[in-house]
Amino acid sequence: MLGYALRRVLSAIPIALIAVTVCFFILRLAPGGPFDGDRALPPQTLANLRAHYNLDQPLVVQYFIYIWRLLQGDLGPSMVFNDFTVSEMLAIGLPFTLMLGFAAFVVATIVGLIVGSLAAVNHNRWPDYVLVMISMVGLVIPNFLMASLLQLGFAVYLRWLPAGGYTPGSYINLVLPITVLALPHAGRIARLMRGSMIEVLGTNYIRTARSKGLGTRLILARHAIKPALIPVVSYLGPGLSYLLTGSLVVEQIFALPGIGKYFISAALNRDYGLVLGTTILYMFIILALNLVVDVVYAWLDPKVRYR
Amino acid sequence: MAGITGKDTVLTAYADQLGKLDAPKGRSLTQDAIRRLTRNKAAVVSIGLVVFIVLFAFVGPYFLPWRYEEVDWSAFRKPPNFEAGHYLGTDQNGRDLLARTMLGTQMSLIVALVATVVSVCIGVVYGAVAGYFGGKVDAIMMRFVDIMYALPYILFVIILVVIFGRNPVLLFVGIGCLEWLTMARIVRGQTLSIKEKEFVEAARAGGAKPFTIILRHIVPNLTGPVVIYATLTIPEIIITESFLSYLGLGVQEPQTSLGTLISFGAPVAETMPWLLLTPAVVLVTMLLCLTYIGDGLRDALDPKDR
Repeated sequence: MLGYALRRVLSAIPIALIAVTVCFFILRLAPGGPFDGDRALPPQTLANLRAHYNLDQPLVVQYFIYIWRLLQGDLGPSMVFNDFTVSEMLAIGLPFTLMLGFAAFVVATIVGLIVGSLAAVNHNRWPDYVLVMISMVGLVIPNFLMASLLQLGFAVYLRWLPAGGYTPGSYINLVLPITVLALPHAGRIARLMRGSMIEVLGTNYIRTARSKGLGTRLILARHAIKPALIPVVSYLGPGLSYLLTGSLVVEQIFALPGIGKYFISAALNRDYGLVLGTTILYMFIILALNLVVDVVYAWLDPKVRYR
Repeated sequence: MAGITGKDTVLTAYADQLGKLDAPKGRSLTQDAIRRLTRNKAAVVSIGLVVFIVLFAFVGPYFLPWRYEEVDWSAFRKPPNFEAGHYLGTDQNGRDLLARTMLGTQMSLIVALVATVVSVCIGVVYGAVAGYFGGKVDAIMMRFVDIMYALPYILFVIILVVIFGRNPVLLFVGIGCLEWLTMARIVRGQTLSIKEKEFVEAARAGGAKPFTIILRHIVPNLTGPVVIYATLTIPEIIITESFLSYLGLGVQEPQTSLGTLISFGAPVAETMPWLLLTPAVVLVTMLLCLTYIGDGLRDALDPKDR
């Protein structure tokens, strides 16, 4: 088990390095630069700025400078938000974004698992149809549309919940954003869980357990849930990465103080440092999560360990 | 001259009778699949609705009194009004909302088609090549897919927008270039099992070159999973496009898309709800139907899942 985990960690390192390289060069291939404002800067100022951020060096040299700093944990300066380093910007916005993403993840996973199992236990009866329909609707409505509709319904017409904004401690402001973020994820997990649960409930060992006289609840808890979780777990990694990146949009819509606000404007203004820093950080989080998922997977399914 | 027992007469009559009957019909796998699909009510209704939406988007504009970029100076921000010919009202600039919704639907459909075709082409060829050659080639190609998976998708789309700027065609080819990863994985898995079949062996023994085998013998056998997955890719691309347009990064004025319409409708939904609800209803119907069709196709073509 430990050996398996170690092998996975080692194989993630080259992936991370190559991904950083790809991001770096793709971003630089885009036309334009961080200092192309509405007003052209005087040439001397521009040259000084470019020299300050090492932008006058050949691309390959810049790349090695960047990697060298990155290895020391330095993400460099932000080129548009002067006086801030990328690490400082991330420290301001990222904790909130991560908190939002993880909260939505936990809510969605729990709701999805319950909905999926309920639908599977009632396979081909009306609760199944209703739950499948609901999870389908949650799944297909894009989050920006869902956000507008919920804002209209709960904040404007019913006036139950605030439409946006956040001050530390006002958790009621987070109800709508978390719902919007969680819905598609919950829908997908419910569908996966339903499918695999139906399959598991049809197997011979469940029939054996039933013929021994075990009750439905005991069968579910002891025998059905663990094998049914396998396909769901393999989706959790990509699912969480969707949630973390998706929260960029939701933050924008609900005017929340996360990293999303900065990221989109940073990409449009070619703030190389900030875009690259955010992307790299996200990538590491996603890779780390995939590792966790793989290890959990190995725990659930012994066949994986020895491959 | 008939025999004494009349055996020949009986046999001839029987042979004639048989000749008149139709040859016994076997059912091919495709016919089976179509039968299963037509029995799935949700899928049949969805196909009908999608056909309707396509007609709505491409034929509908010819039946409207207003064109999508035409400004009605007497009607700004007006709710639905049948006498003036604004069946679903007008927007802030006095343009007919129904006409604009039709144009937006057109745009979303075209984008989805282009991007899906691009992603299917890349995904199928990539996956089939990786699966067929196996070994080191496979390991390297699939490791590359892993790397692409590790990159945060939305960030990548936004970076693409930055590169391709305001050229929508290039942008959506770009989106297609990002969506092929899952397709490549599925195709590779299928190829791994198909390449062990006898007919591939026969083709190889007959001296066919690897790429001929891949294109002539393997790719046609991938149709099922590819069709299923392509149907499920379309809604994802429609969502991506509408999301980009929502952020103001996609289709530009006076052209429009469902995402653009929603993004203009959302802030004023309190006073002019029709501006948000019309494109929203079309978008959600389209996405729901496409997902149901994809599910129906999967159940029909892949019986083991039922």
